[in-house]
Amino acid sequence: MTTRQLSAREGLLRQLDYWWTVFRRTWRGGFIASFVAPLFYVVAMGVLLGGFIQADPDRLEGATSYLAFVVPGLVAAHAMQVAVDETTYPVMGGIKWGKTYWAQLATPLQVRDIVNAHLAFAITRVALACAVFMLVLAPFGVFASWWGPFAAWGGQVLVGAAFACAVMAFSVRLRSDQGFGVLYRIGVVPLTLFSGAFFPIANLGVVLEWVARATPLWHGVSLSRMFSLDHVDWLLVVVHLLYLGTVCVVGWRLAVRGLEQRLEV
Amino acid sequence: MATYDASTDGTSGGTGRTGGTGRAAPRPSGGAAQAAGIIVLRNYLTYRSAWKLFLTGFLEPVFYLFSIGIGVGALVEGFELNGEPISYAAFVAPGMLAASAFNGALMDSTYNVFFKLKYDRLYDQMLATPLTPADVARGEIAWGLIRGSTYSAAFLLVMTAMGLVESWWAVLALPAAILIAFAFSAVCMALTTWMKSFQDFDKITLAQLPLFLFSATFFPVSSYGDGVLRWVVEATPLYRGVVLCRELTTGQLSWASGVSVLYLVAMGLVGLVVVRRRLATLLLT
Repeated sequence: MTTRQLSAREGLLRQLDYWWTVFRRTWRGGFIASFVAPLFYVVAMGVLLGGFIQADPDRLEGATSYLAFVVPGLVAAHAMQVAVDETTYPVMGGIKWGKTYWAQLATPLQVRDIVNAHLAFAITRVALACAVFMLVLAPFGVFASWWGPFAAWGGQVLVGAAFACAVMAFSVRLRSDQGFGVLYRIGVVPLTLFSGAFFPIANLGVVLEWVARATPLWHGVSLSRMFSLDHVDWLLVVVHLLYLGTVCVVGWRLAVRGLEQRLEV
Repeated sequence: MATYDASTDGTSGGTGRTGGTGRAAPRPSGGAAQAAGIIVLRNYLTYRSAWKLFLTGFLEPVFYLFSIGIGVGALVEGFELNGEPISYAAFVAPGMLAASAFNGALMDSTYNVFFKLKYDRLYDQMLATPLTPADVARGEIAWGLIRGSTYSAAFLLVMTAMGLVESWWAVLALPAAILIAFAFSAVCMALTTWMKSFQDFDKITLAQLPLFLFSATFFPVSSYGDGVLRWVVEATPLYRGVVLCRELTTGQLSWASGVSVLYLVAMGLVGLVVVRRRLATLLLT
């Protein structure tokens, strides 16, 4: 039996109603995790702890207060967390628990279409979460120009996309959800803490500083911060875009191939 | 054994069982300790296959310590603790110790307990044996404490190796961490018995995060000024735990330390009583 192959656009559009339903039914559940929680961090770390930090723009990558320094980093780290949340347990659910992927595959949809739609959903969640976060931050007076936050938001969405693709490539190969716990503890948590979100990576010492530079989150934090503070090094921007773009493409390919093997098509 | 067999036949119309609540079976002679031990053993067996998850649980607070204590610490000018200067890392480390005992207890006594209670129906099965609700409560909490104290002990060793321990009183920081874990395990397990679905866990996050971030873990309580806010913070349980650990690792004990201990002991005992009652009403009726 052969079926007509759908174009990528068609494959995506056909799943719109499904993901829209998922969104309508689940957005409240993620509301506190994706919105209230980061705001607590801004107040605790940025405002209260920041009160004990003397802001020296030379040491804080151009920021004039610790709050202005930490906030763009926090949003970028948040983009990563939302992306990881959407591409771990839900992906295993699609394969193993709810088996929605199998159901989708019984239609003219291909594995590629399923991956595309799931990733598109994850990235939309990232884009929304970061947009709301940035809007709330605006009154704190942490942005240096009117256009910077928009470019910073673009950087946050890109880093979210990179993590969504890479983590999905990991999740489709995983047999037990224990791996996710380990991923969070030795991946997400250390990345959040050491990728320059809370302090300049120069504080890590030479060797660890280069390790931090090699992580995808640092590239996102740096993009987000440079644009928020209007302290842009365009050459560095190109490096960040190339790096994160490569992670997206490689991750996407590995995700499609991994899921094809898993579902044996 | 004979009476037990007879009562399983519901159609016989016999009056073999009088209680009708599954409590008829005699308790084994070992008593409460043995019963709790069986539940601890069960947890140990299930975690044996998830050892990576167990092992990496220790890493999280250590990561926080390195990141906040050292990375952010390089930016902070340093605090005064009771009039004496203290490095930021030495200030934050005991806070992390208390917070990790708190977080660990919370995870074990909410998510895990809820899953066993509602999805696995594990406690229903346990109560079909001679185990009582009190045994289940004590056993689960004991397991949480064993798991938490291995993490705390490892964390204290890391603190000592990093030169962040300033007094021999720090030896008591381990029991203090276990006390924090006990108080929160008991209360959170009690609260979990009222939960209906996973949506309710949002409320836990909503309580957990502010406690974690605002209990003088990352900055001194003086940040709140001298108003009502400061009194509110000082009355919360994690704050009591954080300052207790800090007083022990820096050797600055006071009467307030005793207040913290009494507070946490009372909180744990109240939680334990409530858990026992709630499990009994939920599962035996």
